[in-house]
Amino acid sequence: MTQHFLSVEGLKKVYPGTLTPIFENIHFGIDKGEFVCIIGHSGCGKTTILNILAGLEESSDGVVIMDGREVAGPSLDRGVVFQNHALMPWMSVLANVAFAVKSKWPDWSKAKIAEHSTHYLEMVGLGQAIHKKPAELSGGMKQRVGIARAFAIEPKMLLLDEPFGALDALTRGTIQDELLKIVQATRQTVFMITHDVDEAILLADKVILMSNGPLAKIVEIVEITMPRDRTRAEMHHDPQFYRIRNHLVDFLVNRSKDYAGSDAAVLHDAKHPPVVRPGLLKETEPEMTTFRQLRQFKQAVNH
Amino acid sequence: MFKPQGFQAALISLLLFLLFLGMWSLATFTREQATLSSVDAEYTVLMGKGAEKSSGFPTPSKVGEAFITYLSDPFYDNGPNDKGIGIQLAHSLGRVALGFLLAVIVALPLGFAIGMSPLLLQAFNPFIQILKPISPLAWMPIALYSLKDSDVSGIFVIFICSLWPMLINTAFGVASVRKDWINVARTLEVSPLRKAFQVILPAAAPTILTGMRISMGIAWLVIVAAEMLVGSIGIGYFVWNEWNNLALHNVIFAVVMIGFVGMILDQIFGVLQKFVTYRE
Repeated sequence: MTQHFLSVEGLKKVYPGTLTPIFENIHFGIDKGEFVCIIGHSGCGKTTILNILAGLEESSDGVVIMDGREVAGPSLDRGVVFQNHALMPWMSVLANVAFAVKSKWPDWSKAKIAEHSTHYLEMVGLGQAIHKKPAELSGGMKQRVGIARAFAIEPKMLLLDEPFGALDALTRGTIQDELLKIVQATRQTVFMITHDVDEAILLADKVILMSNGPLAKIVEIVEITMPRDRTRAEMHHDPQFYRIRNHLVDFLVNRSKDYAGSDAAVLHDAKHPPVVRPGLLKETEPEMTTFRQLRQFKQAVNH
Repeated sequence: MFKPQGFQAALISLLLFLLFLGMWSLATFTREQATLSSVDAEYTVLMGKGAEKSSGFPTPSKVGEAFITYLSDPFYDNGPNDKGIGIQLAHSLGRVALGFLLAVIVALPLGFAIGMSPLLLQAFNPFIQILKPISPLAWMPIALYSLKDSDVSGIFVIFICSLWPMLINTAFGVASVRKDWINVARTLEVSPLRKAFQVILPAAAPTILTGMRISMGIAWLVIVAAEMLVGSIGIGYFVWNEWNNLALHNVIFAVVMIGFVGMILDQIFGVLQKFVTYRE
């Protein structure tokens, strides 16, 4: 196995007062510059995994290693975008970002901090609103500030916890496009939780599929094989798009529930969850089991 | 929309006030007639006050006179028992300010520590629960005995009554700072001191100010009572002194002044509160 930029090994979480772990034996890796999404139903422990990666929560077992060092506690190396933006309402937009920048570079002058912060706010299209208070902004704009704050500290890795969950579809689309542009320009390594299948296909290189908790597992890792320069407007013209989308929706609707009792679970190797490429229909997958091949074939025929 | 309504409200307020004055005049008028019975008249003469006819409940005009005499020269000083209302109020306010300030110095850091640590909260909780409901004046004998000084005792009573609302609100405000903001500070590796002053304090400030406002309200209630017991100067002592002089019109004047000063103090805190309140 090659060395990943971030590797998660044997992660397990048991909440105090409960006996059954919410998840256990979770293994996956993220390479530098990769955008990884994680999809699963509520209660499968996605947010817990993200919080462990962020260092905000402790795992019951297992380790997370980033850039050769074990993750122990929060760090400026990992920027977090919170689900409900988590801006400080008593600070202006600029001050919110500057607060983060000053944390990373305490020796910088006020002017330099302001300039650096403004640069990142302009990047998310908020150059006009830097002196407003968060309460004066729309939900989408607040989340943009959250993103700018996370990018402004130039972390080695970005963690996004359903950043667009609370936004309406139109706003969500525009911010997704912006995030895509920024990530492509900066080659930022990203780990993101989402419930939105289209969002995952648009943004991710790999999508981790988790079965329902408790005892949630990584069922498979879906590689998004569509070209990286995809856009929201055009990606649905790619024949791969619907194959991938159907595969993901099918997983969420059908397979995630009864995975625990299925044949696939018996063959499941937690350390090497199967990697599938539903977008490339005809390609034979060396690491796929025959069972999986059959299943994928059937799906392709159905759709 | 607001303005005409404000005007109407002011008009009704004025009418209510005039109605009140009218009823007051009426009530004291009949009372004065009644007090002119022979026994009472004789008694007032015996008391050496017959000429003033002041034994009845004062009329509005009598109280109005008191307002004019005291407010026209609020800072005169004719010896220990005769000082202007401004000087009296200033002394009371000074005691309140000092006791309140001491309470702030203790309540804010302690409340912060208790709010941050569930362990400390649990450890301090029984003491707070027991000490909080004690009437501040019940401390007076203990304070007088141990502090030996009536002035210092008054300040101590203000301190002890201001302490609890501030302490409890600070602890509560600090403990209920949104987890998200704390997490932001944690992921940014913010130093504890910077976290305390730039995240927790502003986040908890509205709750803390509410506690201060309640404390100030209680302090102003308590100082009047405390000065009645121990004071040699101050608005509470003034009330007590005028009561002993049977100058009820002066007492009424002082009561109204106490109300006004209390209102102004409350409004100052209202403004401060608005200043630190944030909209989410």
